[in-house]
Amino acid sequence: MSRFAVGERVTVHDRDPAWEPRKPHLRTPYYIRGKTGAVERICGEFRNPEGLAYGEDGLPKQTLYRIRFDQAHVWPDYSGPAHDKVEIEIYEHWLEKTP
Amino acid sequence: MTRSHHDMGGEAAGPVVIAEHDYSPWEKRIDAIMSLLVQQKNLLRVDELRRGIEALAPDAYDSLTYYERWIASIAANLVEKGVLNQAELDARCAEIATRDGPLEA
Repeated sequence: MSRFAVGERVTVHDRDPAWEPRKPHLRTPYYIRGKTGAVERICGEFRNPEGLAYGEDGLPKQTLYRIRFDQAHVWPDYSGPAHDKVEIEIYEHWLEKTP
Repeated sequence: MTRSHHDMGGEAAGPVVIAEHDYSPWEKRIDAIMSLLVQQKNLLRVDELRRGIEALAPDAYDSLTYYERWIASIAANLVEKGVLNQAELDARCAEIATRDGPLEA
Protein backbone atom coordinates (compact mmCIF):
# COMPACT_ATOMS: atom_id res chain seq x y z
CA MET A 1 0.00 0.00 0.00
CA SER A 2 1.34 3.40 -0.91
CA ARG A 3 0.75 6.29 1.44
CA PHE A 4 0.79 9.00 -1.23
CA ALA A 5 -1.12 9.29 -4.52
CA VAL A 6 0.04 10.56 -7.92
CA GLY A 7 -0.22 14.36 -7.97
CA GLU A 8 -0.11 14.71 -4.16
CA ARG A 9 2.17 17.39 -2.70
CA VAL A 10 4.89 15.96 -0.44
CA THR A 11 7.83 17.36 1.48
CA VAL A 12 11.16 15.59 1.90
CA HIS A 13 12.27 15.10 5.49
CA ASP A 14 15.19 17.24 6.57
CA ARG A 15 16.19 14.74 9.23
CA ASP A 16 19.88 14.34 10.00
CA PRO A 17 20.62 10.63 10.51
CA ALA A 18 23.28 9.84 13.09
CA TRP A 19 26.74 8.77 11.81
CA GLU A 20 27.26 6.55 14.87
CA PRO A 21 27.54 3.62 15.19
CA ARG A 22 27.76 3.61 11.40
CA LYS A 23 27.67 6.15 8.64
CA PRO A 24 24.22 5.97 7.00
CA HIS A 25 23.87 4.97 3.35
CA LEU A 26 21.23 7.38 2.04
CA ARG A 27 19.52 7.57 -1.34
CA THR A 28 17.95 10.94 -0.62
CA PRO A 29 20.36 13.62 -1.84
CA TYR A 30 21.36 16.31 0.61
CA TYR A 31 20.20 19.13 -1.65
CA ILE A 32 16.59 17.91 -1.78
CA ARG A 33 15.97 17.52 1.97
CA GLY A 34 13.25 19.84 3.20
CA LYS A 35 12.03 20.61 -0.35
CA THR A 36 8.44 20.20 -1.54
CA GLY A 37 7.33 18.55 -4.77
CA ALA A 38 4.56 16.39 -6.22
CA VAL A 39 4.30 12.63 -6.79
CA GLU A 40 4.93 12.03 -10.51
CA ARG A 41 4.56 8.23 -10.29
CA ILE A 42 4.70 5.32 -7.92
CA CYS A 43 7.69 3.18 -8.93
CA GLY A 44 6.90 0.10 -6.83
CA GLU A 45 8.06 -1.49 -3.60
CA PHE A 46 11.69 -2.33 -2.99
CA ARG A 47 13.92 -3.52 -0.18
CA ASN A 48 15.36 -0.56 1.71
CA PRO A 49 18.90 0.17 0.44
CA GLU A 50 19.82 1.78 3.78
CA GLY A 51 19.86 -1.77 5.23
CA LEU A 52 20.95 -3.63 2.08
CA ALA A 53 24.10 -1.51 2.02
CA TYR A 54 25.11 -3.08 5.34
CA GLY A 55 24.28 -6.67 4.41
CA GLU A 56 20.82 -6.63 6.04
CA ASP A 57 17.64 -7.88 4.35
CA GLY A 58 16.19 -4.40 3.74
CA LEU A 59 12.73 -5.51 4.88
CA PRO A 60 10.01 -4.35 5.15
CA LYS A 61 9.92 -3.17 1.56
CA GLN A 62 9.45 0.54 1.06
CA THR A 63 7.37 2.23 -1.61
CA LEU A 64 9.52 4.24 -3.99
CA TYR A 65 8.10 7.37 -5.62
CA ARG A 66 9.33 9.62 -8.38
CA ILE A 67 8.90 13.16 -7.10
CA ARG A 68 8.87 16.18 -9.39
CA PHE A 69 10.26 19.46 -8.05
CA ASP A 70 10.46 22.93 -9.58
CA GLN A 71 14.12 23.76 -10.21
CA ALA A 72 13.50 27.34 -9.06
CA HIS A 73 12.28 25.96 -5.71
CA VAL A 74 15.26 23.61 -5.28
CA TRP A 75 17.90 26.19 -6.26
CA PRO A 76 17.18 29.73 -5.06
CA ASP A 77 19.61 31.18 -7.63
CA TYR A 78 18.28 29.07 -10.53
CA SER A 79 18.47 31.07 -13.75
CA GLY A 80 16.88 28.64 -16.25
CA PRO A 81 13.29 28.68 -17.54
CA ALA A 82 10.66 28.89 -14.79
CA HIS A 83 8.96 25.65 -15.89
CA ASP A 84 12.14 23.51 -15.51
CA LYS A 85 11.76 20.49 -13.23
CA VAL A 86 14.00 17.97 -11.51
CA GLU A 87 12.71 14.47 -10.76
CA ILE A 88 14.17 12.31 -8.01
CA GLU A 89 13.22 8.83 -6.84
CA ILE A 90 12.64 8.90 -3.08
CA TYR A 91 11.56 6.21 -0.63
CA GLU A 92 8.35 6.66 1.33
CA HIS A 93 9.98 6.96 4.77
CA TRP A 94 11.71 10.13 3.57
CA LEU A 95 8.43 11.83 2.60
CA GLU A 96 5.71 13.56 4.56
CA LYS A 97 2.39 15.07 3.57
CA THR A 98 2.63 18.77 2.80
CA PRO A 99 0.13 20.72 4.90
CA MET B 1 22.63 18.67 8.63
CA THR B 2 25.59 16.41 8.10
CA ARG B 3 26.57 16.04 4.47
CA SER B 4 28.65 13.12 3.26
CA HIS B 5 31.55 14.10 1.00
CA HIS B 6 30.19 12.15 -1.99
CA ASP B 7 26.77 13.84 -1.72
CA MET B 8 27.91 16.87 -3.70
CA GLY B 9 24.93 17.66 -5.94
CA GLY B 10 24.73 21.43 -6.42
CA GLU B 11 28.31 22.15 -5.39
CA ALA B 12 30.57 23.98 -7.83
CA ALA B 13 32.13 21.27 -9.98
CA GLY B 14 33.44 22.79 -13.24
CA PRO B 15 32.59 21.57 -16.72
CA VAL B 16 31.50 17.99 -17.45
CA VAL B 17 33.96 16.06 -19.64
CA ILE B 18 31.84 14.48 -22.38
CA ALA B 19 34.60 13.02 -24.60
CA GLU B 20 34.13 9.34 -25.48
CA HIS B 21 36.76 6.99 -24.14
CA ASP B 22 37.49 3.29 -24.21
CA TYR B 23 37.74 1.23 -21.06
CA SER B 24 41.12 -0.24 -20.20
CA PRO B 25 41.41 -4.01 -19.77
CA TRP B 26 41.84 -3.59 -15.99
CA GLU B 27 38.62 -1.57 -15.82
CA LYS B 28 36.74 -4.29 -17.72
CA ARG B 29 38.22 -6.85 -15.34
CA ILE B 30 36.91 -4.94 -12.31
CA ASP B 31 33.48 -4.75 -13.90
CA ALA B 32 33.62 -8.52 -14.49
CA ILE B 33 34.71 -9.17 -10.89
CA MET B 34 31.71 -7.17 -9.65
CA SER B 35 29.33 -9.12 -11.94
CA LEU B 36 30.73 -12.41 -10.68
CA LEU B 37 30.43 -11.39 -7.03
CA VAL B 38 26.86 -10.11 -7.43
CA GLN B 39 25.30 -12.48 -9.96
CA GLN B 40 27.27 -15.73 -9.71
CA LYS B 41 28.67 -15.85 -6.19
CA ASN B 42 26.01 -13.86 -4.35
CA LEU B 43 28.71 -12.38 -2.15
CA LEU B 44 28.09 -8.69 -2.70
CA ARG B 45 25.26 -6.29 -3.46
CA VAL B 46 25.45 -3.08 -5.44
CA ASP B 47 24.21 -1.25 -2.34
CA GLU B 48 27.27 -2.53 -0.46
CA LEU B 49 29.54 -1.46 -3.32
CA ARG B 50 28.01 2.00 -3.15
CA ARG B 51 28.32 2.17 0.64
CA GLY B 52 32.01 1.23 0.41
CA ILE B 53 32.62 4.00 -2.11
CA GLU B 54 30.89 6.50 0.16
CA ALA B 55 33.15 5.34 3.01
CA LEU B 56 36.30 6.47 1.18
CA ALA B 57 38.11 9.38 2.79
CA PRO B 58 37.39 12.63 0.91
CA ASP B 59 40.90 12.89 -0.56
CA ALA B 60 40.74 9.29 -1.79
CA TYR B 61 37.24 9.81 -3.17
CA ASP B 62 38.45 12.83 -5.15
CA SER B 63 41.72 11.34 -6.42
CA LEU B 64 40.61 7.83 -7.42
CA THR B 65 39.04 7.16 -10.81
CA TYR B 66 35.65 5.49 -11.22
CA TYR B 67 36.84 1.87 -11.29
CA GLU B 68 39.57 2.53 -8.72
CA ARG B 69 36.78 3.48 -6.33
CA TRP B 70 34.97 0.27 -7.25
CA ILE B 71 37.93 -2.00 -6.54
CA ALA B 72 38.73 -0.18 -3.27
CA SER B 73 35.15 -0.80 -2.15
CA ILE B 74 35.07 -4.40 -3.42
CA ALA B 75 38.29 -5.18 -1.52
CA ALA B 76 37.07 -3.49 1.69
CA ASN B 77 33.74 -5.34 1.52
CA LEU B 78 35.38 -8.73 0.95
CA VAL B 79 37.78 -8.17 3.86
CA GLU B 80 34.81 -7.13 6.03
CA LYS B 81 32.97 -10.33 5.08
CA GLY B 82 36.03 -12.50 5.70
CA VAL B 83 36.27 -13.65 2.05
CA LEU B 84 39.74 -12.08 1.88
CA ASN B 85 42.02 -11.08 4.67
CA GLN B 86 43.97 -7.86 4.64
CA ALA B 87 47.38 -9.51 5.08
CA GLU B 88 46.80 -11.79 2.06
CA LEU B 89 45.62 -8.86 0.00
CA ASP B 90 48.62 -6.71 0.96
CA ALA B 91 51.04 -9.55 0.26
CA ARG B 92 49.52 -10.21 -3.16
CA CYS B 93 49.62 -6.50 -4.07
CA ALA B 94 53.29 -6.32 -3.01
CA GLU B 95 54.07 -9.42 -5.09
CA ILE B 96 52.44 -7.95 -8.18
CA ALA B 97 54.16 -4.58 -7.69
CA THR B 98 57.52 -6.40 -7.55
CA ARG B 99 56.71 -8.39 -10.65
CA ASP B 100 55.27 -5.59 -12.76
CA GLY B 101 56.68 -2.45 -11.19
CA PRO B 102 54.57 0.17 -9.46
CA LEU B 103 51.32 1.25 -11.09
CA GLU B 104 51.40 4.47 -13.05
CA ALA B 105 50.06 7.38 -11.04
